[in-house]
Amino acid sequence: MQSALIKRLGLTLLAWTLTLVICFPIVWMVLTGFKTETQAIASPTLFFTPTLESYAAVQGRADYVKFALNSVYISLGATFLALAIAIPSAYAMAFLPTKRTKGTLLWMLSTKMLPPVGVLVPIYLIFRDLGLLDTRTGLIVIYTLMNLPIIIWMLYTFFKDVPKDILEAGRMDGASTLHEVCYLLIPLTLPGIASTGLLSVILSWNEAFWSLNLTSSQAAPLTAYIASFSSPEGLFWAKLSAASTMAVAPILIFGWLTQKQMVRGLTFGAVK
Amino acid sequence: MKPSSTLVPLAAAVALASAAAQAETIRVATVNNADMVVMQSLTDEFESAHPDITVDWVILEENVLRQRMTTDIATGGGQFDVMTIGNYEVPIWAEREWLLPLTDLPAEYDEEDLLGSVRDGLSRDGVLHALPFYAESSMLYYRTDLFEALGVEMPAQPSWDQVAEWAARLHAPNEGTYGICLRGKPGWGENMAFLSTLVNTNGGRWFDMEWQPEINSAAWQQAITFYVDLLGNYGPPGASANGFNENLALFAGGRCAMWVDSTAAAGRLFDPGESEVADQLGFAQAPVADTPKGAHWLWAWNLAIPASSERVDAARQFITWATSKEYIALVGEREGWTSVPPGTRASTYEDARYTDAAPFAGFVLDAIESADPNDATLEPNPYIGVQLVGIPEFQSIGTQVGQMIAAALTGQMSVEQALDSAQRTAERTMRQAGYYD
Repeated sequence: MQSALIKRLGLTLLAWTLTLVICFPIVWMVLTGFKTETQAIASPTLFFTPTLESYAAVQGRADYVKFALNSVYISLGATFLALAIAIPSAYAMAFLPTKRTKGTLLWMLSTKMLPPVGVLVPIYLIFRDLGLLDTRTGLIVIYTLMNLPIIIWMLYTFFKDVPKDILEAGRMDGASTLHEVCYLLIPLTLPGIASTGLLSVILSWNEAFWSLNLTSSQAAPLTAYIASFSSPEGLFWAKLSAASTMAVAPILIFGWLTQKQMVRGLTFGAVK
Repeated sequence: MKPSSTLVPLAAAVALASAAAQAETIRVATVNNADMVVMQSLTDEFESAHPDITVDWVILEENVLRQRMTTDIATGGGQFDVMTIGNYEVPIWAEREWLLPLTDLPAEYDEEDLLGSVRDGLSRDGVLHALPFYAESSMLYYRTDLFEALGVEMPAQPSWDQVAEWAARLHAPNEGTYGICLRGKPGWGENMAFLSTLVNTNGGRWFDMEWQPEINSAAWQQAITFYVDLLGNYGPPGASANGFNENLALFAGGRCAMWVDSTAAAGRLFDPGESEVADQLGFAQAPVADTPKGAHWLWAWNLAIPASSERVDAARQFITWATSKEYIALVGEREGWTSVPPGTRASTYEDARYTDAAPFAGFVLDAIESADPNDATLEPNPYIGVQLVGIPEFQSIGTQVGQMIAAALTGQMSVEQALDSAQRTAERTMRQAGYYD
């Protein structure tokens, strides 16, 4: 009895320690955002008079709302487009596999192993010729392509868990393939699709390489907004922290609100 | 009455809308530092003087911006109308005809007023390819109170041996003061900017006239051994992570007795709001060892128009405004005279409002005027640049060498090993780039 209590206490302590370690950089960033530049570089302290000076300076220099809206449009747009392509693809691979399906899946995943900078110049030239540089459409396309392998893989594993008999029963009742997907498959795997979508939103929101290289001002999302406050020459720590806090706040709140769906989706089918 | 009262605002709105439709928008890419932030804050002044032009800003961290602009200009992407580039890029990009030659500048711009060394670094065949926004050199900052207590009077140009001796005597880590602060963070624009000047003054150079690297030469060994000993023994802990910002914070917080770095720090160190040592700040020219040649660097941020821009006229109006005498006066009046972009125009240093507010002005001017990018080493060299080598391969070579020297500073390898390894890396890169077989 006592050993069980000690074990529980130990585990609780470990969980709290890990949580603190993981959260510390974010907590410190939020605190630094409320300091002055001089306080931000002074000896670290938890006690100081908070100020909104950095937030005012950050807002005075760049239009946060414009960047944030771009992030919202781009990450949601890329997620919906990717799901629209991935659901039929994963359906075909899960229920109508051929001998090349496994190979195709692996090949798709292998594209994630290529460092993005390796294709920067060709993509830049294609975007230039198509007039997609500094457009939200351009970033939606690139994020869709970037996340598609992972989304297809996740959906494929979720779809594989759905018994074929259910779809067959639907077919017996006269359902077309579209009906099968819309009325049977999607409702059955909704938690999985939701968590896949959430992951795609988070990946798109945080992506910095393509957003910095393919946008300049009109379509620049929050990652470009943060990059404008970083500097090797000059004191910008408090402003950078304030800008970063504002950039991560929406996705943190979003993740907080949807954590139930995320956990449910990620553990979906894990216990049978 | 009623119809006209509706019509007047309507007509005004239509007129405004059509004016807005005619306005040309130029996109200006720039770095995030205090001077550029001031330029951005004065956009309204430019736009009200040029109602047909609006300015769209793209501000990025220096290294990100460099990569972003290089991709765009090399592919002719045309995303930017004005680019902020260093004096490293200007000759390389001008040679490739990526930048618009800036001929026929208006008479009131007074091209002759630009400082000679700065202008030369931005010209190709005598034609400017970028206009200087601000320029900096390097100098020695020191704490007058500590030197007084030591009974030492700082000469106008100390030697590195003297600096090492004072650093040893002033180093008191238990009292929170370190003998000297120097750059340790690896990077061609970080530790290597400073170390190149140290190598220059020790009689070394990056390449011989055949483009063979000389990184493991006796001069380099002498300079880097001196640096590792000095900073290792009398510098702050973790010096290999310190760049300009970290050292500025240390010095401004009263933690360093001496600091050799950019002249751009002077304005901030004199500002009591940002610096605890504003009243005890002394400065001298960058120390010398065997030769004064190349002992202090020359860096300038400049505004250039990429050849791919489609709004050349508007871009020209913007860059001539932002680098003009009127702009400097505007900043002085609006932001205070220590905030004006320094080091570009002789007239700035003739203006009593500036020289009165900035006691360091004369030192900065001397340092900038005496830095010669075409003759910065004791032995002749084939490149342009004091603390850099004006070839595209230098970014990669400089950063890798910087990493190896940082490893020597932390004790992961000896100075000899670091320099031998750096030499091999540089030879390989130069061979691959086709400088020799």
